[in-house]
Amino acid sequence: MYYLGLLIEYLKNYMKTRLTYRADFWVEVISDLLFQATNFIFILVIFMHTDSLGGWNQNEVVFVYGFFMVPFGVFSCFVNMWGFSERYIVKGEMDRILTRPAHNLFQIFLENVDPPSLFGSIIGLTIMAISGSNLGLPFEWWTIPMLIILTLSAVAIYTGIYTTLTSLSFYSDAPTGILPLMYNIQTYGRYPVTIYNRAIQVLLTWIIPFAFVGIYPAALFLHRDEMRTMALLTPVVGAVFLGIGLTAWSYGVKKYKGAGS
Amino acid sequence: MLGAYFDFIRIRFLTMLAYRVNYYSGILIYTLNIGVNYFTWKAIYGGGESLGGFTGAQMTTYVAVSWMARAFYFNNLDREISTDIRDGSIAIQFIRPYNYVLVKMMQGLGEGMFRFMMLMLPGMIIAILLFPVQLPTELSAWAGFLVMLFFSFLISSQINIITGLSAFFVENNEGMMRMKRVVVDLFSGLIVPITLFPDWLSSVLKVLPFQAITYLPGSVFTGRVQGVGIWNVLGIQVIWFLILLVPIVWLYHAARQRLFVQGG
Repeated sequence: MYYLGLLIEYLKNYMKTRLTYRADFWVEVISDLLFQATNFIFILVIFMHTDSLGGWNQNEVVFVYGFFMVPFGVFSCFVNMWGFSERYIVKGEMDRILTRPAHNLFQIFLENVDPPSLFGSIIGLTIMAISGSNLGLPFEWWTIPMLIILTLSAVAIYTGIYTTLTSLSFYSDAPTGILPLMYNIQTYGRYPVTIYNRAIQVLLTWIIPFAFVGIYPAALFLHRDEMRTMALLTPVVGAVFLGIGLTAWSYGVKKYKGAGS
Repeated sequence: MLGAYFDFIRIRFLTMLAYRVNYYSGILIYTLNIGVNYFTWKAIYGGGESLGGFTGAQMTTYVAVSWMARAFYFNNLDREISTDIRDGSIAIQFIRPYNYVLVKMMQGLGEGMFRFMMLMLPGMIIAILLFPVQLPTELSAWAGFLVMLFFSFLISSQINIITGLSAFFVENNEGMMRMKRVVVDLFSGLIVPITLFPDWLSSVLKVLPFQAITYLPGSVFTGRVQGVGIWNVLGIQVIWFLILLVPIVWLYHAARQRLFVQGG
């Protein structure tokens, strides 16, 4: 309850800061959408030159992309660790966070909420609806509940991975260049992982499990039975990686010694 | 005077050297990027012989070379400049006896040299060992490529500087920086070679500067462009370098008139 109240207060605050830079708000929404559009263009360009990608046709790949956008939008809205090291460690704002009663990680999430990202989720749902109806996918009783569960699991996976990586900045004082590169890799989880060789498949499934935020869960809705087990594993992977992230974080915070002033 | 600028290259090089974690993870992630792209393209080719004028082998080389070139020319000058603008430290930099933009360029070059030696070369060796990359054997192709790579760096950094300086006019240019990153990766031909785009789009991209960053040098290096074509590519790069100087000079002067510090 207390945390919900905080969330609302922070959102109000967010609106106030945002209204100061009104033009920028729209620039950001448009740039987010453009980011999605460019990936979309990549898929369209690929299918101008081929009929199938590892046995998946254009509508299926587009559908997977639509699903991928939904949890990614939610994640970007509530968990934004971009620039954590510069802002909180180098500039010493972590000290301020730690002196407050609410959980430190939660405060950091709140201070960086980014509601425009949710536009991406809405567009993702639209893409799923369009390509789903092109494919004639049946709408089952479990479609909506499963969508919610899988979305939340995928968000947990993202949060786990990025929290783990961000907590590295407690140990080394390097401004981590890893996060932007990770953003490149996560998009590969959208493509049918079976096209990659064994090592990359294992990497995308078990080590940095980005296949669980795109292709595996989406396969469930596409009735791709060969991936059903993996799809149903998504919540487990989510729980495990979120656990790793939170553990790494709390170890890191214990190690933290103030820097800067 | 010039010595001071060279010091900026040296200092940035040494600063980069201090962040070893970034360096090891960088090699790993660039190799992974090449690997994933290689397999994606392999799946796209399926049994096909050639796509948009690229044979399968050329595409592999193109992917490897493009990502490795990116390891060299990529930098965060846009973010550095907009941070300087937002926290107000740019005011101090403006009154120092040097040209702010030139200093940024030098720092970018220091970073680029670090990335060249520590990221690009070892990454290239790993890529050659793992994937069927075919590198040219003539010395002239290599010399040409190095010169073009340098222009890729200049053009990419110029675009970064323009994006960074725009923070003078839109206060918070986070959105623009993100947009720039995406546009450069896609339209430079890093993700999809420009010939594979639909005709209308590739004809638009041919009059934009982005192709000069990745696509043109990559085409030369994979052997798709040879002979006189190499000089054309170099010519296009030089022309874009000169054209992009205009908005930078203009922005820099306009910025000095407009400077207002938002805090700090």
